[in-house]
Amino acid sequence: MVTTAAGYRRRYVASRVGVYLLAILAALLCAAPFLWSLITAFKQNRDLYNPQNNPFLFNRPATPDHITYLFQHTAFGTFAWNTLWVGVLVVGITLVLGLPAAYALARLDRPWAGWFGIGIFLVYLVPPSLLFLSLSRIVVAWGLQDSTWSLVLVYPTITIPVSVWLLIGFLKGIPKDIEEQAMVDGYSRVGAFIRAVVPLAFPGIVAVVVFAFTLTASEYIYALSFVSPTSQKVISTGVPTELVRGDVFFWQSLQAATVLVAVPIALVFNLFLDRFIAGFTQGAVKG
Amino acid sequence: MSAVREAEVARTPVRLPAARRRFADREGTLAWLFLMPSVVYILVLVGVPFVLAIGFALSDVTAGDPSYDYVGLRNFRRIFDDPVFWRSLGNTFIFTGVSMVLIVVLGKVLANIMIANFKGKWIVRFLVLLPWTTPVTLSSIAWLWMLDSIYSPIDWVLRQVGLLGKPGDLLGSGSNMYWLGEPGLAMASVITVHVWRLTPLAAVIMMAGLMAIPRDLEEAARVDGAGYWRRMFEVTIPLVLPVAAVAALFGTIFTFTDMAVVDVLTNGGPNNATQVLTSWAFFRGIDGGDVGQGAAIALFLFPILLAAAIAILRAVRRMEVG
Repeated sequence: MVTTAAGYRRRYVASRVGVYLLAILAALLCAAPFLWSLITAFKQNRDLYNPQNNPFLFNRPATPDHITYLFQHTAFGTFAWNTLWVGVLVVGITLVLGLPAAYALARLDRPWAGWFGIGIFLVYLVPPSLLFLSLSRIVVAWGLQDSTWSLVLVYPTITIPVSVWLLIGFLKGIPKDIEEQAMVDGYSRVGAFIRAVVPLAFPGIVAVVVFAFTLTASEYIYALSFVSPTSQKVISTGVPTELVRGDVFFWQSLQAATVLVAVPIALVFNLFLDRFIAGFTQGAVKG
Repeated sequence: MSAVREAEVARTPVRLPAARRRFADREGTLAWLFLMPSVVYILVLVGVPFVLAIGFALSDVTAGDPSYDYVGLRNFRRIFDDPVFWRSLGNTFIFTGVSMVLIVVLGKVLANIMIANFKGKWIVRFLVLLPWTTPVTLSSIAWLWMLDSIYSPIDWVLRQVGLLGKPGDLLGSGSNMYWLGEPGLAMASVITVHVWRLTPLAAVIMMAGLMAIPRDLEEAARVDGAGYWRRMFEVTIPLVLPVAAVAALFGTIFTFTDMAVVDVLTNGGPNNATQVLTSWAFFRGIDGGDVGQGAAIALFLFPILLAAAIAILRAVRRMEVG
């Protein structure tokens, strides 16, 4: 009996070690390009451009020059600011339009709600690659070409469908009794929605906000085809087009920009990961 | 209890005039009112451009001559005559197919790791999320530098371990692999970046599925004497399948319609070896100014995507019912 107990224990220890090894391996594989960017960002030119040097070490002292360059001599700050305000406005539009739509589909018991939900999701599948040509004509017709506002106008078409879909999941998770109680207490249906349902769905709404923001920050095709002046560009188009002059890549500054953008978004997303997963389960499987 | 509630109702003043209340309580009207803004927005900015795209595909509109003339299927005949189109189409399918399989399999593995219990989970999750939450052009830039033709650290490691750089070495005697310069390697690189970028998303979706599996089901199977593989194939996999299908759907769409990775890494090259339909449509439609042809190429994607999406969504529904 003692041997089996020891055997169990050994197997337990082995499985724990296995979990840790796998976790570390997964984290390293996912983060590898960013770790490499991080090292690169602080290297001197003479260190970086010598194929004999060990690329993972600092063969010469680290320098913050390229990061200072990024902020002082490139439009990186402008790109970041543009991405931020476009993201905030788009998320705002998405919530104002998407939240009532999701509520209607989740709660107001229309017979067509199920089909409508799938229809909205299918809109998400109409890719920017299909629409960018005709949308760029529409943007021109409305006089928004070469302006960041064109992105504010167009991005909600990407974020509304997927947000509605996720929000349906969150709203279905809220017990019906709560609105019924609110209506018994004298609120109208709209009042119950605004005062009882929205506050309860708040964590889910925050998860949707983070997700929608990530989508707008990554978008590339629309940003590339609608906007070309430097001062109007966002990060996803500005960094790859403006930090490369002809064939000259400002590698350290480029990598610094990558890390500076990647880390905060992933940090915030990580905070809301569990919420996001909850919304996904309900939206996807029970939708 | 009911007495208390009645008292409460009696005490609560009616907040709205009767007519407005009835209006705000009529569910049918309300449902439409709530839905309308989103529907209108999407009709104007997705529906209209979609119809316009079809119109452009059947016209001779160019950036220089925006006047509309109907030309029937001429654009389609011209793109079908173009070998680059067929090459892009083939590449699109290869990229999507290979990445989708890898994304689903690796996503499942990653999801299992991420729901396991261990210390430092927070930092692991953070690092795992990075590829997906970072704007795709920026992560592609990180890869571009990693796959650089001279300074690639991968090449450096290969040289150090003796696989590259000296005559007779396994990977050749050149000092570099030229990851993005050789057609085969360039395709492998693009696929790797797609898989790397989307596996975390698939993992997150599948975590949702794995967490939804009731624990007792597995336990019951275990008590009934089902071994690991039997539990895996008869309990876990069937239950995860719907979510895996959703993950596959997202993976397909994001790979199928993406051009950022290709654009930043290879710009379609070398010699169109990594050109995909989206990047080719952009090249013809925006850079080349031939709006009609660009639209025709882009439209070619749609029936395929729609069919794939409907097939997967129907399969998911059937699995849930069954």
